[in-house]
Amino acid sequence: MAARPKVAFFEFTSCEGCQLTVVDSLQTSPELLEAVEIVRFREAMSDKGDDYLIAFIEGSCTRPSDEAAIQAIRQQAKIVVALGACAHLGGINAIRNRSDLEETRRYVYGDKADWYETYPARPIDKVIPVDATLPGCPIDRHEFVRAVKALLQGRVPVIPDYPVCVECKLKENVCVYLRGRTCLGPIARAGCDAICPTYGDGCEGCRGLIPQPNIESLKQVLAEHGLSFEQTMAKMTLFLTYQTMEREAVGDGKANA
Amino acid sequence: MAKQTPRTGGSLRVDVHHITRVEGHGNIVIDVHNGELKQCELQIVETPRFIEAMLRGRPYGEASHLTSRICGICAVGHATASLRATEKALGVELSEQTVLLRKLNFHGEMLDSHILHAYMLVAPDFLGVGSVIPLATRAPEVVLRALGMKKLAGDLCAAICGRHTHPIAMTVGGFTHFPSSDQLETLRQRLEAARPDVDATVELFQTLKFPAFERETEYIALSKPDEYCFIDGLITSTDGGTWPVEDYRKVTNEYLVRHSSAKRTHNQRQEYMVGALARFNVNHDRLHPRARAAATTLGLKPKVTNPYLITAAQVVEIVHCVEDAIDLTDRLLQRGIEWEAPAPPQRLTGEGVGACDVPRGTLFHNYVIRDGLIAGANCIIPTGQNLNNIEADMRALVPTILDRKPEDITLSLEMLVRAYDPCISCSAHMLDVHFV
Repeated sequence: MAARPKVAFFEFTSCEGCQLTVVDSLQTSPELLEAVEIVRFREAMSDKGDDYLIAFIEGSCTRPSDEAAIQAIRQQAKIVVALGACAHLGGINAIRNRSDLEETRRYVYGDKADWYETYPARPIDKVIPVDATLPGCPIDRHEFVRAVKALLQGRVPVIPDYPVCVECKLKENVCVYLRGRTCLGPIARAGCDAICPTYGDGCEGCRGLIPQPNIESLKQVLAEHGLSFEQTMAKMTLFLTYQTMEREAVGDGKANA
Repeated sequence: MAKQTPRTGGSLRVDVHHITRVEGHGNIVIDVHNGELKQCELQIVETPRFIEAMLRGRPYGEASHLTSRICGICAVGHATASLRATEKALGVELSEQTVLLRKLNFHGEMLDSHILHAYMLVAPDFLGVGSVIPLATRAPEVVLRALGMKKLAGDLCAAICGRHTHPIAMTVGGFTHFPSSDQLETLRQRLEAARPDVDATVELFQTLKFPAFERETEYIALSKPDEYCFIDGLITSTDGGTWPVEDYRKVTNEYLVRHSSAKRTHNQRQEYMVGALARFNVNHDRLHPRARAAATTLGLKPKVTNPYLITAAQVVEIVHCVEDAIDLTDRLLQRGIEWEAPAPPQRLTGEGVGACDVPRGTLFHNYVIRDGLIAGANCIIPTGQNLNNIEADMRALVPTILDRKPEDITLSLEMLVRAYDPCISCSAHMLDVHFV
């Protein structure tokens, strides 16, 4: 048998919930451990190998001193995978990108704000080129297992580019809007098996926007369902702050995304 | 990697950069010079998260979804504390079914977290390996048992709230989805069938030789008269005193130190402990009888003052949570599950404090809500409360082990920090207060 490919896990600003989901995926797919050699996974093991082929990066880049570490991973790894919403979209870390940074720092650390370095949160692919992305907050464990298998076969894992509504309809869920709640399903990328609508809550867009989302139309629908400006903004910014700000910057997303 | 300088004349430097098998990024720095302890720090180098600042201006219904993202391990705990804060602020009264389901869901997370910590993060130290992975071939039955129990815990949460990381169906006033009676019946059978695994867990940890080290401190946990408390209750100290959760600031007294992006706390002494061992010391007489028997088997007799035994207390709680989860499913099955609409808020402006004893200790969420939007938020995290106590333990421990080999000293310190099961992403989420 050929040598097993060496795999490393890294984390920057995040809750480490995606790596926990990786651990959980071993409950049903323990064969993964036979297919790869994990050389670094700080949350679960003491060894810290610096020789690896595939790097999974969880978390956003939120401070200058993390940039060198992220670039070093890129230099070493043949394949870099962004793991989860923080790495893919900036995740919830990017919410503060719409606020005054100094005010945010002072709100939390008061007159000691200067002790702790930070800057606006960025997805990993804004710091280094990324070969593949596994979206979600957290990642979907089935998608993770499929992605590892694809990578081992030399393929780039394919993630859906259709909206959550497609999966939701296939599950024969009653539409969340008909149940008196609101949902980002029409503009959010599928691949989660519509898990939030299935459990009675609207999609929060944690897997990011589909390629050509009709954001203005959705905002109109949200307003028709009684959402105030603040409520609509909150919905559109929980996971989509970075993407919507990027669209605004190129004049694509209209005012306030 | 740990770096050590060889000792000359009672001097030692330990520098563990990014302690492994803990959640988040922390360093241990010890500097002993000519027998004198110059520096003894647990540095929290996690990036600041600014969660409280980001909550401001957002609708109250979103708070539990945003704050569950503080931590992948205690996501249900954060969501529960968050919902309790909002519910108290807005005068939401919960149904009996909601209270029962929240407790059952909470046990799922407690089990998931304790099994992860005891088996995958702590046990490798005692078995001389760097992680659980080599054990998969050396002791597959142990690893499969751990994974099986962990899966049951995760499935319990999934049936109630969609998934453990991050919960979906938990909402202000109740749930947006309910498990079927069939699902609960199956879970009940699986919980019962897990008893041999639970017993084997107690037996395994009974055989591990925990390091001998005693340092008495103040132990703080939530407490209720009639149950082993995890949600709501009164803040209770082994030094005497109880406080309503609304008075949490009188107990936590937060402040910042430069080597940590997590805030520190102290109460009646310079430091106190929260978590499984603190809960055991405060609430042991309210454990399920099988859990009390497990405590006896493991040699735990309150008050336990060896912090390495936090893991043993977690094993006792594993026994308790499995038994109490069986009781809770029985009660739910007896009364039958109803699809209830979430209880509505009585007002849209108010302030509330939610408190839960999550796997690593007492967690507080405090929100001020105005016209349905969060106007101010403060969260106090178990690991932040334990940091002073960990450093006090290190200061007491280091002089007693200075004659050992540097790598043994480093391992003892790492095992000490790991025993507390620190959740560093949580602790550095960052907290403040300025309620406008």
